[in-house]
Amino acid sequence: MNTARQPVLDVRDLRVVFETRRGPLVAVDGATFQVNEGEVLGVVGESGAGKSITGAAIIGLLEPPGRVAGGEVRLDGERIDHLSADQMRRIRGKRIGMVFQDPLTSLNPLYTVGRQLIETILTHQDLGERQARQHAIDLLGEVGIPSPERRIDQYPHQFSGGMRQRVVIALALCVSPRMIIADEPTTALDVSIQAQIIKLLKRLCDEHGAAVMLITHDMGVIAETADRVAVMYAGRIAEIGPVADVIQRAQHPYTKGLMGSIPVVGHDLEKLAQIEGSMPRLTEIPRGCAYNPRCPQVFERCRHDRPELLPAGGSQAACWLHEGAAEAAE
Amino acid sequence: MQNVERPSVDLPVPPRLGARLAENVRLFLDSDVFDSFKRSPVTIVAFLVTVALMVCAVFAPWIAPHNTYDLASLNLMDAFRPPIWEAGGDPRFLLGTDEQGRDLLSAMIFGLRISLMVGFLGVLFAAVFGTILGLISGYVGGWVDALIMRIADVQLTFPAILIALMIDGIVGAIVDTRADADIKMGVLIFAIAASLWVNFARTVRGSTMVEKNKEYVQAARVIGIHPILIMYRHVLPNVMGPVLVIATLSLAIAVITEATLSFLGVGVPVTNPSLGTLIRIGNDFLFSGEWWMSVFPGVALVILVLAVNLLGDWLRDALNPKLR
Amino acid sequence: MLDYVVQRLVQAVFVMLVVALISFSLFQFVGDPINNMVGQEATNEQREALRERLGLNDAVPIQFARWVGNAVQGEFGISYRMGKPVDELIAERLPATLELVFLSAILALVIGVPMGVYTGLNRNSWLSRLLLTVSLIGISLPTFLIGILLILIFGVWLGWLPTFGRGGVVDLGGWQTSFLTLQGWSHIIMPAFTLALFQLTLIMRLVRAEMLEVLRTDYIKFARARGLKQRSINFGHALKNTLVPVITIMGLQIGALLAFSIITETVFQWPGMGLLIIQAIQFADIPIMSSYLVLVALFFVTINLAVDLLYYVVDPRLRIERPVAGH
Repeated sequence: MNTARQPVLDVRDLRVVFETRRGPLVAVDGATFQVNEGEVLGVVGESGAGKSITGAAIIGLLEPPGRVAGGEVRLDGERIDHLSADQMRRIRGKRIGMVFQDPLTSLNPLYTVGRQLIETILTHQDLGERQARQHAIDLLGEVGIPSPERRIDQYPHQFSGGMRQRVVIALALCVSPRMIIADEPTTALDVSIQAQIIKLLKRLCDEHGAAVMLITHDMGVIAETADRVAVMYAGRIAEIGPVADVIQRAQHPYTKGLMGSIPVVGHDLEKLAQIEGSMPRLTEIPRGCAYNPRCPQVFERCRHDRPELLPAGGSQAACWLHEGAAEAAE
Repeated sequence: MQNVERPSVDLPVPPRLGARLAENVRLFLDSDVFDSFKRSPVTIVAFLVTVALMVCAVFAPWIAPHNTYDLASLNLMDAFRPPIWEAGGDPRFLLGTDEQGRDLLSAMIFGLRISLMVGFLGVLFAAVFGTILGLISGYVGGWVDALIMRIADVQLTFPAILIALMIDGIVGAIVDTRADADIKMGVLIFAIAASLWVNFARTVRGSTMVEKNKEYVQAARVIGIHPILIMYRHVLPNVMGPVLVIATLSLAIAVITEATLSFLGVGVPVTNPSLGTLIRIGNDFLFSGEWWMSVFPGVALVILVLAVNLLGDWLRDALNPKLR
Repeated sequence: MLDYVVQRLVQAVFVMLVVALISFSLFQFVGDPINNMVGQEATNEQREALRERLGLNDAVPIQFARWVGNAVQGEFGISYRMGKPVDELIAERLPATLELVFLSAILALVIGVPMGVYTGLNRNSWLSRLLLTVSLIGISLPTFLIGILLILIFGVWLGWLPTFGRGGVVDLGGWQTSFLTLQGWSHIIMPAFTLALFQLTLIMRLVRAEMLEVLRTDYIKFARARGLKQRSINFGHALKNTLVPVITIMGLQIGALLAFSIITETVFQWPGMGLLIIQAIQFADIPIMSSYLVLVALFFVTINLAVDLLYYVVDPRLRIERPVAGH
């Protein structure tokens, strides 16, 4: 492992549990991944796979009854998973920013965008009111909002959906955090605007030197934006690796199924594959590999032992098929 | 392969009624609603109190120690007896007697019967009337909807008690209700129902508009099923939850409204005293020291309303998936 | 802005006209006012003279026009029961009711809103649970019962406070006020609290519910994700958004106070409008009933108008010039 380059975000064996009356639900089970400086890590999976919960757990915004039940989260080498509420608050916005799915509801309707920007800047930086305002105007210009001097005193409802998401990005980036968690940042937008927003996000993070964890269910967005990708299934990471490897040479049967189910322009639609069955409920995750009831390549061991991430091709996959390869490599 | 699906409840052969009932009971006992009930001791107590009071009301003639309607049994010598634990109490009258020598406990049990009956009938009419208007309003739309909802809006700006009071006053001016106790009761129930229908209508209308545009209702319409049947089969079951919550909370309001109107002297006639009437009678003797005549019926009223409110509150939360 | 106000005003006038029509119909078609005013032994000539004097022999539209015209000038006819002009009766009683409602509204707001905010923010603290339980008892206690209990405790058993009437009032040019003497205060405090208690608990519960609702929204989540201070999130972002629905509720509740003052006034023999109307209902005194109806409607419409204008101040979404789109 390369110790000279410390990852910005280092998550080890993260476990998130929701206490319910039918017993604890394990929403995230042993997630381990890193995000390096200037890197975009895509996190994909079906809804309910635990992507958003992972994001919320990292930034310390899990809603009860959810809680972090194990593992470590390190930001620039410093553990942040059991800081006090106030210490964590100081990190949020300043060192980790977050962008949510719906720009229409992410902004407080009763305050001007300027006020929301300035408040965020002043919370984390020791600036005067005027400097903060100037900084806010610069930011709005930077995210591509025309005539920011005028727009800064307008209310969110006076902006279109795409423009609001730009404001949201400006808010997340306004004190240049080291890390941005973007949770489905384009899902609620028109398709025509999605690409612009993704490009903007990537460009800004590059310029501000922020690492990005991009949560989405859209493989297209991942293919275009991410450097590496983590595929989640039933709260576990099924496969993680460079984006080209995962997309073109998927190693986990689930990833293969996922890739097979994406329509490609120019291909015959009848050949579109689909995965039999559906993701198990969190109450009914089978023993062994969570994917075993649906896996076309299942064998006896999959039903008893849970696979760890094993080196497989250019990436790592949590699948016993690659055990031999791992041993061979050692 | 390991089967991770739950055992199917849709058996190929329709099960016998008993089995189906048992299955429904099992599903109910396993449901989130029942679970939240089990886990809320306050709700359980409220439920038991409500049931106990209803049993008292229904079986009043058998439960009450004295028949307060039997004027021959009254003896003025027994008037103004305090409760038995006070000096001068009479063991025959647990909670004391009123100015005519009536047993207060028995009068309260019969009064509870009247209060609950008026409340129930008022809510029943309000629910039926409001639900039907809401269904029509939501399903038909257009000017019918606009008309009904404007009326509802205007009425909603006035409190239920004021509406009931006005209707009671107006009808009282048209027909002389002082003469006939039954008409008086009818007017009271009508006034309460008329003051409560709006909430039902608005909620049902909202749900109907949502359901109306769902595909299964559209499909039913396309294959030519009569609108009334569509509403009955498809829309109604979906609005029953909210209607039940509103009905429960409305029962509390109806009981308070009845008691208030009776207290003001425009409610049920004194020949059939409700809890509110008893409190009014007791109020006249507040300053001469006969506190029990107003306090005990008052306590009974509060317990009843509190229990129903607690049930309604719990039901609203239990049926609201957002709060889970 | 002007459009908005005009639209609201037109709506208000419409509601008032509907209420006026109801009131007039009441007056016109309900019962025979003459029978209510004269005794059994009155002669037909006496009845006819009275009928003529009250203008009951004219055509219906003329009567309605005259009725509205009179109502606008504050004339509502003569009380059947008391034989005095209704406007005089109301003018005598109005200050007592308005003062009672005013004090109750202040009590309900000043105590209810902070309690609602507290219980909304500290959902699981023991004090919140206690307040919530007590509030449920509060909304389960009918107003008249609260009054009776207060009278029993503070009037009968402890003997601290007077239990009926207004006591010493100071006359300010026709407006009799309770607020200028200690005795006046001692008379008004118990009825005002009785009237306020129900609304207070209701406001508390509604503010709490709104607060919880707002705290779940995305923009609050996003505010947290930006690391804003808890205080700023709670009292800046959340509370301000709670205000919009809470203003409506308060408007309605102040209206409700007027209605519930009927009950409070009966319990405390408070010489206000409520006592007047309840006696009117018992005796089918239509002129008083119909004028009360109009007056209450006017009160409600005014409050609703005020609420709509307040919205406009609080919520910027209403303030933008909307493009005039066809329907």
